[in-house]
Amino acid sequence: MLKIEHISKTFNAGTVNEKQALCDLSLELREGDFVTVIGGNGAGKSTMLNCVAGVFGVESGRILIDGVDVTHLPEYKRAKYIGRVFQDPMMGTAATMQIEENLALAARRGQHRTLRPGITKQERDAYREQLKILDLGLEDRLTTKVGLLSGGQRQALTLLMATLKQPKLLLLDEHTAALDPKTAAKVLDATERIVQKSGLTTMMITHNMRDAIAHGNRLVMMYDGRIVVDVSGEEKKRLTVEQLLSLFSQASGSDEVDDKLVLS
Amino acid sequence: MASFLNALPGAVAQGLIWGVMAIGLFITYKLLDIADLTVDGSFCTGGAVCVMLILAGWNVWLAMLMACIAGMLAGLATGIFHTRCGIPAILSGILTQLGLWSVNLAIMAMKANQALNVNNYKLLVSLRYLQDVQKGARPFYMHPLFTVGVFTLVIVAILYWFFGTELGASIRATGANGNMARAQGINTDRNKVLGLMLSNGIVALSGALLSQYQSFSDINMGRGAIVIGLAAIIIGESLFNRIFHNFGLRLIAISIGAIIYYIVIQAVISLFEINSNYLKLISALIVAVFLAIPYWREKYGKKPARAQKEVPHA
Repeated sequence: MLKIEHISKTFNAGTVNEKQALCDLSLELREGDFVTVIGGNGAGKSTMLNCVAGVFGVESGRILIDGVDVTHLPEYKRAKYIGRVFQDPMMGTAATMQIEENLALAARRGQHRTLRPGITKQERDAYREQLKILDLGLEDRLTTKVGLLSGGQRQALTLLMATLKQPKLLLLDEHTAALDPKTAAKVLDATERIVQKSGLTTMMITHNMRDAIAHGNRLVMMYDGRIVVDVSGEEKKRLTVEQLLSLFSQASGSDEVDDKLVLS
Repeated sequence: MASFLNALPGAVAQGLIWGVMAIGLFITYKLLDIADLTVDGSFCTGGAVCVMLILAGWNVWLAMLMACIAGMLAGLATGIFHTRCGIPAILSGILTQLGLWSVNLAIMAMKANQALNVNNYKLLVSLRYLQDVQKGARPFYMHPLFTVGVFTLVIVAILYWFFGTELGASIRATGANGNMARAQGINTDRNKVLGLMLSNGIVALSGALLSQYQSFSDINMGRGAIVIGLAAIIIGESLFNRIFHNFGLRLIAISIGAIIYYIVIQAVISLFEINSNYLKLISALIVAVFLAIPYWREKYGKKPARAQKEVPHA
């Protein structure tokens, strides 16, 4: 479903701040794969996701989604294939617009926007049903401005928006990192349900090793712009945090483990 | 006081005309979150095109249509500077505004102003019509308050419809959150250009109305337009934001804001007998204070009650 072929990305090339964020990275996701991505700060996780989403281009290599070469497509055109949830709960929704307006915008992802009404009566009823899945009581607040919602509610709404029109690929960029533990668990729970229901091909970045192990059928670990660990199937199911840590120190050639990884 | 009351209908009519301009500005300032300085130039462009075409014998409606298109082209220029050349929005507007100075002079056959004799042409609005209706020499529906009032309602109705469509909603999303818009497949650059064009088209229409009303176009007629527009938006929103939530009503509130602004200005002139040369200074100060009030309230005042009405955590 997703094929990343030898992509490289350097920030601030030619300056003292030059940083190679991705280094000849390749990764292939089969249809229905749910991949969790872990790695320390600066490992290139978010950069990889943003390169796939088209937020910035790559220096070399190709990116294919369902056989379509999207390497040179702008972000808004790639959105046709991709649903996204960001780390910052403010980023995925329009605060000054109503819940139903946000959903209606998302329902038209990848479509030509015409002079037809932006939202119809049937849609409203459908949204009410779909908001029930989130179990946050939002189904009774369709005309509430999204800016009045809490971070967790906004993140859950973004998740629903990303999947309202079934994407070929769902990208979750640490989408629970900014939430309190209880809310994070709830959003993660909703993620699991939505992904399972439609068998979405998903890539989820997380800082939490336990979450990375508990979710998905495959786990990828990044270090210094490369993928250093890639486990799936039965091996992934039996994985423990301790094993993961030792895999990480082997792969990175040091036992200097990122604080944030240990903490979580 | 008597002079103030005499001048009142004229002040209200001017307020209504500038209200159309403010409604155009609302699209960029509030919906797209861009302070578009193009309007100082495109307002005059609208007036100049309208006057010149009427002088050339065009029908007033066709002349106004062309004025609108000219304004949209000005918006297109700003949009291209901003999205294709990567120039910050505010600077793009300044560049277009500066360039329009020459363009506007060229439109007016290299003269700083062009007069339009109301006796020789059929106009949509005119100060003369206002006086004639008051004398009973013309029917009520030729009163500028009536014609511009209806004109405003039509513009509001069209915008209300447009911003409820898929395309209109995507323009609102572009201004509300560009990241979100792009993630939902919206071409934010194109939408910004569209919004700037629509806005400046309406601003130019307003300029076309004012030039007819005052029977001339002038190279300086748009100077400070953005300040008047902002004043109207701020007055309208601060007075009516508790009762007007509907998008159409919000636009009407802006028109009312422009009328109030002109009444206040007229009152200052008539009642305090201030030299009208100080008007721009007074306008600038009034707008500065209104813009500062929300900031001061946040910084020094108590937390607004609305923030505490926040819903419980999920």
